Amino acid sequence: MGNFGKKIEVFWKMFYESNGYTKVLTGLQNTMYIATVGLAIGIVIGTIIAIIAVIPKYKRLPRILDRFCKFYVGLFRGTPVVVQLLVFYYVVFPLMGVKMPSVNVCVLVFGLNSGAYVSEIMRSGIMSVDPGQLEAARAVGLSFGVSMMKVVVPQAVKNILPTLGNEFIALIKETSVVSFVGAADLYVAFNYIGTNSYEFMVPYLVMALIYIVLVMAIALLVRIMERSLRKSDRHN
Amino acid sequence: MIDIIDLRKRYGNLEVLKGITNTIHEGEKVAIIGPSGSGKSTFLRCLNCLEDPTSGQIIFEGVNIADMKVDINIHRRHIGMVFQQFNLFNNKTVIDNIMLAPLHIKISELRKKKIKNFFIKLRNVFTPDKKPLYEINTTKAQIKEEVRANAMRLLKRIGLEDKANAFPSTLSGGQKQRIAIIRALAMNPKVMLFDEPTSALDPEMVGEVLDLIKQLADEGMTMVIVTHEMGFAREVATRVLFMDEGMIVEENTPEEIFNNPRNPRTKEFLSKVL
Ligand SMILES: Nc1ncnc2c1ncn2[C@@H]1O[C@H](COP(=O)(O)OP(=O)(O)OP(=O)(O)O)[C@@H](O)[C@H]1O
Ligand SMILES: [Mg+2]
Repeated sequence: MGNFGKKIEVFWKMFYESNGYTKVLTGLQNTMYIATVGLAIGIVIGTIIAIIAVIPKYKRLPRILDRFCKFYVGLFRGTPVVVQLLVFYYVVFPLMGVKMPSVNVCVLVFGLNSGAYVSEIMRSGIMSVDPGQLEAARAVGLSFGVSMMKVVVPQAVKNILPTLGNEFIALIKETSVVSFVGAADLYVAFNYIGTNSYEFMVPYLVMALIYIVLVMAIALLVRIMERSLRKSDRHN
Repeated sequence: MIDIIDLRKRYGNLEVLKGITNTIHEGEKVAIIGPSGSGKSTFLRCLNCLEDPTSGQIIFEGVNIADMKVDINIHRRHIGMVFQQFNLFNNKTVIDNIMLAPLHIKISELRKKKIKNFFIKLRNVFTPDKKPLYEINTTKAQIKEEVRANAMRLLKRIGLEDKANAFPSTLSGGQKQRIAIIRALAMNPKVMLFDEPTSALDPEMVGEVLDLIKQLADEGMTMVIVTHEMGFAREVATRVLFMDEGMIVEENTPEEIFNNPRNPRTKEFLSKVL
């Protein structure tokens, strides 16, 4: 046990006195940045895909778009996110001649990835809205797109907010692989501390604790949100 | 006002409307009665193309709106519709329910004009002959104020101005349906379609909704009403259509239909419901 106390001492020196905490803060910031902006991009992409999925398919364009979306969703759900990161960072962007900081590549890839997942969540949310709502909006002369954006999607989002919260948690966990393309996240920060103090036990323990606290805090927020939403539904 | 020519609608192999030809004249109040499943709702929903007709024409103000090439949204603005289940927008307050469509349409017209003016100005810079700009004499704020004032006027008319900021989930069925009616009125429709507007209401609320519809009828609104309220049809309608199995089997004035039905199917139906 005295051994463990020594390890904590070493960690603290590295963390506090040698400014390891700045790296941890940067890592935390990157993790949250990638997850938050990634989810935001995912929600936009997912909403567009979900709307395309529910457009009446009389015309050719929506059918083609829908097939493309299905392909996209299949691709991003069917491959590990690490592989997507590596492919975009080392193959797609270099081929396109695009140079971008690795954090931004991560944001884009996580956005594209969560777009595929959010599209399914959003589609079920849209399906859960009474079809009479869309009909009423169309009947007063609003176009399909405007009706969706002003009437259907807001109600769908309300129905799926808790599920989106869980998607956010999933994203935070998945961002722990971004160091594969050189983005500095929590793992990179604690790995740095470990490498420089020749002592990995405490750093990785603290890293695990940070992830647990982060995820639990968000899960709590989601539950509070869920409860207040249920309250506002009680009049129905 | 609306000419319906050989209207047919099928779902898969089921032909729900089997060739309906009729004309709704301005100022008429047409009641549609008939047994369940006879295609009344489908017929009504074809009139504003909420259901796309399988074949046939719906000529509204000289335009065949059943043609997939016409911009149906423009024509629907002039055809109000009221549903059995009210269908107020759950995510919007009462006043926003009423304002949504008029506000969106007016503001997007303003935006379109501004965009066109921008391109005309751009063009005028490079060419000697100057094209005139579209006249813009309102601002977004003014439009919003106008639309809100009109919505409040309509709410006052039904005595629900104190509910302006309430959400639909807090209202009674009768209140919801009356708001759904003025939501349609806010677009200044030329004709109103009602699909069993009182069927989902508790009996004590039927009266307030029928009274409002009656008022509109007295003001000269053209309307088509699918209804099971025979007394109401008799009192308000100028013409009654009896539908059975996707066809108009008999049509006449309410007096004739109710007192002296000619078709055996009409007789049978009325003997059951009266
Ligand atoms: N979307 C649909 N898909 C398949 N069949 C449908 C659809 N909508 C209606 N039908 C069928 O069309 C027929 C006519 O339906 P419609 O709703 O027009 O009858 P209705 O006269 O309004 O009846 P009710 O008095 O019960 O409202 C019914 O047999 C119904 O099952
Ligand atoms: Mg019906």
